Amino acid sequence: MAISLDGALGIHQPALEARIKRAEVLANNLANADTPGYKARDIDFAAMMQQAQQDLGGLGMEKTHDRHMDTGSMAPDSELLYRVPHQPSVDGNTVDAQQEQSRFMRNAMEYQASFQFLNGKVTGLKKAISGQ
Amino acid sequence: MSLGSIFDIAGSGMTAQSLRLNTTASNIANAETASSSIDQTYRARKPVFAAIQQSMLNPSQQGLPLSGDEGPGAGVRVEGVVESDAELQMRYEPDHPAANEDGYVFYPNVNVVEEMADMMSSSRSFQMNVDIMNSAKSMMQRILTLGQQ
Repeated sequence: MAISLDGALGIHQPALEARIKRAEVLANNLANADTPGYKARDIDFAAMMQQAQQDLGGLGMEKTHDRHMDTGSMAPDSELLYRVPHQPSVDGNTVDAQQEQSRFMRNAMEYQASFQFLNGKVTGLKKAISGQ
Repeated sequence: MSLGSIFDIAGSGMTAQSLRLNTTASNIANAETASSSIDQTYRARKPVFAAIQQSMLNPSQQGLPLSGDEGPGAGVRVEGVVESDAELQMRYEPDHPAANEDGYVFYPNVNVVEEMADMMSSSRSFQMNVDIMNSAKSMMQRILTLGQQ
């Protein structure tokens, strides 16, 4: 049985990437907290994970012809949605700085969790390789 | 897309907020600068912010316009600094060295209370961007320890 590094790391690597992407979107919201007309955005994390799971060999569609469309990577930014504002301000900005900051912090914590899982996998592999 | 671009985004936010703080400082410093004519009087200055879209950074790599979506964006920029066109304060001070022939001097249209509120808002936003940068830094440091005991 061959060890595939991608298979061994599982869903944790795409999860970490999704967390990084979400951190970027939330940081952009916070940087634009005072920009008139800016609409706050967020990533549909569940949809992103579903996509990742399909790409890992779940229920994705097989390509049997090279002119078939790639269903896995069709709209790369389609998970990027606009937030529904609780209290839109007069200048058209929909960023709620406190909420965005709490989301950013939570995302950072979940990133740490994903990292911990990934680190566990890597440590496990290292143990298996060195045979200790 | 990477953790590195968070530094750019937070950095652009910090630049924009420090420029806003600069205009506030200039407005408060000049709040009592009197002059004898309308066009020479200092007017309150305000920065105008605008979001940076990723397609503006690299116009060559736009890819397929699937839904007219511009991607997550890449921070904030200052589009310009505008002067307020609110009315100037005209005061009757015949003893003032800058008084005109009718005895009036013109004071800037700076609202000091508004400027103080603006100052607090921009320093909070600056702090927020610093926090974001710190979080991104610790996330990045974490990833460097991957696989270590």
